[in-house]
Amino acid sequence: MTVVLNGKNVDISEGMTLLGLLESRGISSETVVVELNREILSADAFVSTILGDGDLLEVLRFVGGG
Amino acid sequence: MSFYPICTEYNALPLNERFESVTESDVRRALGKTVLDAEDLLSLMSPAAAPFVEEMAQKASQLTLQYFGRTIQLFTPLYLSNFCTNHCVYCGFNAKNKIPRSQLELAQVEEEAKAIAATGLKHLLILTGESRAKASPDYLDSCMTVLRKYFPSVSIEIYSMDQDEYARLVDSGVDGLTVFQETYDEELYATLHLFGPKKNFRYRLDAPERGCKAGMRVVNIGALLGLGDWRKDAYLTGLHVAYLQNLYPEVDIAVSLPRMRPHAGEFQPTSIVEDRDMVQIMLAFRLFSPRLGITISTRESVQFREDILPLGVTKMSAGVSTAVGGHSQEDDSQDGDTVGQFDISDERTVDEMCEALRKQGYQPVFKDWEFITDLQ
Amino acid sequence: MSEDIFEIGGFKLESRLFTGTGKYADDSIISDVCEASASQVITVALRRVDLESGTGNVMDYIPKYMKLLPNTSGARSADEAIRIARLARAMGCGDWIKIEVISDNKYLLPDGYETAKATEILANEGFVVLPYINADLYVARSLVDAGAAAVMPLGAPIGTNRGLKTREMVRILIEEIDLPIIVDAGIGNPSEACEAMEMGADACLVNTAIATAGNPVLMARAFGRAVRAGREAYLAGAGAMCRHAKASSPLTGFLSED
Repeated sequence: MTVVLNGKNVDISEGMTLLGLLESRGISSETVVVELNREILSADAFVSTILGDGDLLEVLRFVGGG
Repeated sequence: MSFYPICTEYNALPLNERFESVTESDVRRALGKTVLDAEDLLSLMSPAAAPFVEEMAQKASQLTLQYFGRTIQLFTPLYLSNFCTNHCVYCGFNAKNKIPRSQLELAQVEEEAKAIAATGLKHLLILTGESRAKASPDYLDSCMTVLRKYFPSVSIEIYSMDQDEYARLVDSGVDGLTVFQETYDEELYATLHLFGPKKNFRYRLDAPERGCKAGMRVVNIGALLGLGDWRKDAYLTGLHVAYLQNLYPEVDIAVSLPRMRPHAGEFQPTSIVEDRDMVQIMLAFRLFSPRLGITISTRESVQFREDILPLGVTKMSAGVSTAVGGHSQEDDSQDGDTVGQFDISDERTVDEMCEALRKQGYQPVFKDWEFITDLQ
Repeated sequence: MSEDIFEIGGFKLESRLFTGTGKYADDSIISDVCEASASQVITVALRRVDLESGTGNVMDYIPKYMKLLPNTSGARSADEAIRIARLARAMGCGDWIKIEVISDNKYLLPDGYETAKATEILANEGFVVLPYINADLYVARSLVDAGAAAVMPLGAPIGTNRGLKTREMVRILIEEIDLPIIVDAGIGNPSEACEAMEMGADACLVNTAIATAGNPVLMARAFGRAVRAGREAYLAGAGAMCRHAKASSPLTGFLSED
């Protein structure tokens, strides 16, 4: 099945959690904020959130800015 | 919101000591600033600033030129009624004075309006005594239906009203409110206003603010300098100006500087405002508030009015009669039939005033505003 | 001077210089910049994680004592700014937000109308809102009504380092607005930050001028000192100064005639 991660289609296995996806991409869950289908998820929900087909994910973090 | 707590706070302060303790360097500092605060105003009104009046005049003159150009707006008062229920001990119209009382009928209002309009004046100030029974809000409303045909700008100087009453007059074409506190010294005020609605210090004090809220474009305040300690009253007037300007930036706040002159009646001023003091007050106002409208009435002499032209004045009355019906009735005020509220000193006609202003390089302005409403 | 505390959003700050994290050639210098400037508030932006190149994390270089001020850069409307603000708060670094709404990419000037809309909504949600605006009195007043914690007028268009071009307008905001005025954007030199502080600004936000200096750490220290000098000058009160020429003809001669 496929989810959209930061605008790109990504194939993932059934039953994958959000935390699992982040770890598989080498993203530290403590430095990001995630929008799942335009809803902001709290960090402690990452582990219990099972992804579904077509989910829209936005993963953001702080970068340099003025 | 109300200016009352601020006024009370300052009344409790030893203001005289503070005026006395101002130093030369305080004055110099205030003179060097572009934005002045309440302390600077106090400095400029203090005795320590008296030797600096020429420097203040130079700066005030330049600021006035910068913001207003070489123009003087002309207006004239129209007394509609002199019935009065107040006993203000200093006033010629007070209820205890046995003078002929009258109130213009609408036809007479029209006569007066025609006579004034014929002089070219477009800005009018209508006045009444304090009598809701005679010069009622309804009466004023009807007068406005006549007056707005002749004058694009009409201000009122009448008894204090509630906000919705002011709003109603705004709807009928009034765009300016003049209300003088007379004195900001609450204790003294009580001794000068013995009876009548005007006795209510706070209701009077909040009237300009109610006018601002009601949609008046110009709100003109002032103290009758000399009633009390003129220095304190002028200073509190300045604080009142700043208070209103801060809260109602959409309203033009203006001041008048009427001063009491020694006169024949029983009541004499508490303090005498000499020419030099008067000039210092006016200059302090100009430096404190560069955009402030400053009105000088015909209580002042022709010579003095001409001398202070470059110092900060923006508005002057002309062709004045302070008597009811004084503009259209062939009446020599000497014969006692018609009694004015106060004696005027500058008796020049509008034409003479204009001629004199032009001679000094000033443009007399008859009209700088057209009140556009949905009036039918 | 230790008693001159700048209170904003429930924080008590000793430094009145806000810094930023944008445009550094190497982010690792940021911690030294923070220390040299003595600043206690620093801005960050929020962006999508780049999945391809694993770049360093700017957060690793921001000292822990710094108060984070996330901005909504990239937002072109109030709605986008609100979305970014909520995401930023979800990062768990507090509820301060610098609202920045720009839809003109030629001049990068902020949209005051959208900014005021976003400010009102976010202030109601409990954010400490610091909106970045053109130095405009009416917009500033609408921000006061909207519940902003400060007003941040620009000194010059963002990133231009052109100095305090809006001097007279900023002066009006300082006089008229009862919220802290923080001059943001455009300040190129410490002398300009100093001037803003002398005028009575409550703080300055400086990013580009430090980040793009030949020696950012040295420049950060210079800005820290300039802001402090300007503040002290403001507190000291300017001395008497004669702005007008001496009279050629007296205006009050008539007073001495009697």
